[in-house]
Amino acid sequence: MTPAPLPAAATVSGVTMRFRNHVALDDVSTVVAQDAITGLLGRNGAGKTTLMQLLTGHRVPTSGRVEVFGRPPYEDDDVLRDICFVKEGQRYPEQFRVKDALSAAALVFPSWDAELAASLMEDFDLPPKRPVKKLSRGMNSAVGIIIGLAARAPLTLFDEPYLGLDAVARQLFYDRLLADYAEHPRTIVLSTHLIEEIAALLEHVLLIDRGRVVLDADAESLRGSALTVAGPRDRVAAFAAGHELLHTETLGASSRAVVRLRPDADDDAAAAGLSVEQTNLQQLVVAMSLRSTEASTIPSRLEELSR
Amino acid sequence: MNEDAGPIFRQVAAEIENAIVDGSLAEESQAPSSNELAAFHRINPATAAKGLNQLVADGVLTKRRGVGMFVATGAREQLLKRRRTEFADQYVRPLMTEAHKLGISPAELTTMIRHWEDPR
Repeated sequence: MTPAPLPAAATVSGVTMRFRNHVALDDVSTVVAQDAITGLLGRNGAGKTTLMQLLTGHRVPTSGRVEVFGRPPYEDDDVLRDICFVKEGQRYPEQFRVKDALSAAALVFPSWDAELAASLMEDFDLPPKRPVKKLSRGMNSAVGIIIGLAARAPLTLFDEPYLGLDAVARQLFYDRLLADYAEHPRTIVLSTHLIEEIAALLEHVLLIDRGRVVLDADAESLRGSALTVAGPRDRVAAFAAGHELLHTETLGASSRAVVRLRPDADDDAAAAGLSVEQTNLQQLVVAMSLRSTEASTIPSRLEELSR
Repeated sequence: MNEDAGPIFRQVAAEIENAIVDGSLAEESQAPSSNELAAFHRINPATAAKGLNQLVADGVLTKRRGVGMFVATGAREQLLKRRRTEFADQYVRPLMTEAHKLGISPAELTTMIRHWEDPR
């Protein structure tokens, strides 16, 4: 039943990115699976955008190696043609109208689908002749989304592409992304804070915090991997002791803990007399980011935490 | 699909199983494709495919190359049999746990179940 691992669209090996005194990425290694949708998650300033800039040849790492489709992407036109990077709050040349921005993109991307672009323009209600400088923030985001989808680039990266988009327009984006991806599988990296909205779209999750990889795993394997257990404090502590404790809170004699299950330990919290809930992807990501952030100060034992 | 209910592929598989058990998806009929499931449930197509493949591995669906997935002959009976086996663990155990917590004896519980049948 275990599927063969997908070939890599991109590999990042021991990459560190330093800006003056700030280390944006610290010895990051990961593989971006080909033809999968990967969620690039993390707090603001975690290093998500820097990683995307490295994958798209916008930056050269201080040390380490980045390869996209087997080659370093910097100044390699053959590789860059295969990459579409939709940046957060992307701006287009002032004199452009919406349709000029799309025509320019059509020239850049060999697999551009004009029909798809036109139908997306209708979906998002974009006026083709409106100058881009007169677009609302949401409409500007819609232009980026249309380019990202219609480019059909073998590696497409969206960096928080939803700024200013309302819930309906975001749903439209997710639906059209999913539909087009199903018909034309390609490698997609999606950076977002709206984890709950996109969790089910993801095949893979890469969580970074303060420049380091915290989680790099198949989304489905994560869904069953953590539990939130609640009940009498001592029983919670006993159960959590067998697993990896991510977060805990106490109210009087009761407490609640988020734990990542260890495969070899007893995971039957219900039999231990605790109430159990599966931890969803967003809760897991928040708990892991919090733990990473507090790593230096957090006591490792539940006893100390529950005081 | 429910993000708070564990792996989505299992939910996909369970939903198709439900449809087979309640008869809305008849034996020999074609199951939805992974892309149809993905669009309907707004989930990754690979996740939907994993759910379908699970059912193929369990012998509930059969793959016809180039055509799609079909409900296997005897799938309903097979699923009913499995669900009956799982019934005790999934339904009786939580019932017993709660009864114990409330101080309801097994004898009282038996009486309750017997009376529960009557109104129907």
